Amino acid sequence: MSTAADSGADWRRLHRRTVLVTALVTAGVAVGAAVPVTVALSGRFGYATAVGWALAGAVLLIGCAAAGDHVRWRRTRYRVGAERVDLHTGLLLVKRRSLARERIRSVDLTAHPLLRILGLVSVRIGTGEHTGGDSTLELDPVSRAEGERLRRDLLDRAVADVPGTHRDGQLATLDPRWIRYAPLSFATPLLGGAAAGGVMQVSDWVGAQAEVIHWIADRLRDTPLVWTIVVLAGAALVAGVIGALGLWIEMWWNYRLEREPGGTLRVRRGLFTSRSLSVEERRLRGVDLVEPLGIRLAGAARVDAIATGLTKDEERAADHNTLLPAAPRALADTIAAEVLREPATPTGAPLTAHPRAARGRRLRRALVAALAPVLIQVLLGVLLTPVLLWTALGCAVVLLPVAVALALDAYRSLGHALSGAYLVTRSGSVRRSTAALERAGVIGWTVKQSWFQSRAGLLSVTATTAAGGGAYTAHDTDASEGLAFAADAVPGLLEPFLERGRSGR
Amino acid sequence: MTTGEGTIRLRPPRNAPDRRAVGWWRVQWLLLTAAPVAVLGILGGLIAPARFWLLTPAAVLAAGGLLCAVLFPLWWFRTHRWEVTDEAVYVSTGAFLREWRIAPMSRIQTVDTVRGPLEQLFGLATVTVTTASAKGAVEIEGLTHEAAAELAERLTRITQDTPGDAT
Repeated sequence: MSTAADSGADWRRLHRRTVLVTALVTAGVAVGAAVPVTVALSGRFGYATAVGWALAGAVLLIGCAAAGDHVRWRRTRYRVGAERVDLHTGLLLVKRRSLARERIRSVDLTAHPLLRILGLVSVRIGTGEHTGGDSTLELDPVSRAEGERLRRDLLDRAVADVPGTHRDGQLATLDPRWIRYAPLSFATPLLGGAAAGGVMQVSDWVGAQAEVIHWIADRLRDTPLVWTIVVLAGAALVAGVIGALGLWIEMWWNYRLEREPGGTLRVRRGLFTSRSLSVEERRLRGVDLVEPLGIRLAGAARVDAIATGLTKDEERAADHNTLLPAAPRALADTIAAEVLREPATPTGAPLTAHPRAARGRRLRRALVAALAPVLIQVLLGVLLTPVLLWTALGCAVVLLPVAVALALDAYRSLGHALSGAYLVTRSGSVRRSTAALERAGVIGWTVKQSWFQSRAGLLSVTATTAAGGGAYTAHDTDASEGLAFAADAVPGLLEPFLERGRSGR
Repeated sequence: MTTGEGTIRLRPPRNAPDRRAVGWWRVQWLLLTAAPVAVLGILGGLIAPARFWLLTPAAVLAAGGLLCAVLFPLWWFRTHRWEVTDEAVYVSTGAFLREWRIAPMSRIQTVDTVRGPLEQLFGLATVTVTTASAKGAVEIEGLTHEAAAELAERLTRITQDTPGDAT
């Protein structure tokens, strides 16, 4: 791996304190395990012996983990050369990973509370290629100063100054008032459910589940069933709201969005675990204005980056590319424009509405989805018990208006347009997304038309791209207009395959 | 299939798959149907009380599968088309859900030729063209071995000659 060009750079090691971190983390685990073990053993061998055994076990465990990490530390070296970044690691199976510096797209710094106390960060260097795990290089941990130096060095490239009045430095900071949007997210009911489930689970562990249920039943003995349900749902909701607020504070505390000289966008945030995510502007292909239903009704929106080379980890993907948390819509528009260095955000451009046939399709789909459970209940009700007929009626009364409202809203959301260097597509009701994708970033087209769409004169046009979700679709456009849109968006690509102005079936 | 004056539509790509692709698709359908039908049939043979409830769906599945095996490959043979120009790869597939895919030469990252066991039997191959998008892969099915090799070779040559950043 060592080329002549790189021989000048020196090999470095991870930070020494990694051994301490591992020892402390293991100690935490050991204490967690030792307490129940001690309790169990003290019954048979007496208290002193039990504590002795537990201590010995804990010391052995911590010692092994620390020794193992020490060996890992001894065997791990990295080097930032002029051309490449190398990482050598492993005891028996020596792994050598080497990334070309010009392919590096992102450098993310993360520090959980323990790392922060010790002044360390863990660094992920990503190239954003789709080929499995070989595209990221993880240095866990290095000192905070070294992390900053790596981030600066690896992303700092002599970029020609982009014309435009857009500023460097701070683009957005946290406004604590945004916290009012946190409980509106879909996480709230989920967190509430999780809280209820958590109480049951923990009480089951300590063998007190029955008592908990009895206690709740006792409290609510004299209340009618309906109120019981309302109270329990209310309690779960309150727990969910508290959870959502707490989660928001932990995720977004100290949030800052900055443009650094050299053309890098950087998001910093986090209360306990601090995160620093950097995206090279060269890799930015657009922005996605995301409005989940609750947040949209409150007049707010979130801004996600559409960029190549962002980490593709499934579990972290959700917030990894968010440039701005849910904030007032006007601010979201401003930030989107700032990020793209445009005078006005392309996501705010007037959009071409889709034909009325698209509305019919959405209404029909909604009716099928709403009527299916109703019909099943009616069928079972006729066959088995009339109670189900009443629940079917209840379902129909609740589900039908909701489904129709969502369908009409989904139709209103549909739209597409070309705005300057961007193509804009909007769709969705429960999660409305307005994506502005740079036309130069389009690397292919997929046109789909089902038999139903064909009869209604509709089709769906998808622009594929290397960035973000990989594909952005204008659903149910007018057949001719959609193709014209795609042909105009990327001149020359679709044109040779189109037939214009011919009639006849 | 839009009609009327002043409309725009996609023209079909120029090249058809090899005639043997019909047989290959048919065998795929038959195998796909045979697996559940066989399971249901065997269970029906073994479990006497539930025989009716096992053999009826097996018969329905078999009939449906046979019908699909007869009709769909013929339909697909009429709609599956492909074309390679100096600028782009253009493929159309599907019967009930039509799909047209276009990938420009400058964005092509890899060209793979695959011959599955069934395809081997029919002397066919599939050429898959991928771009940097996770969702933009273009598959050209039902080519003869010679045509596939020639096409892959040609695509590789054109993509090498076409400069471009894949991301």
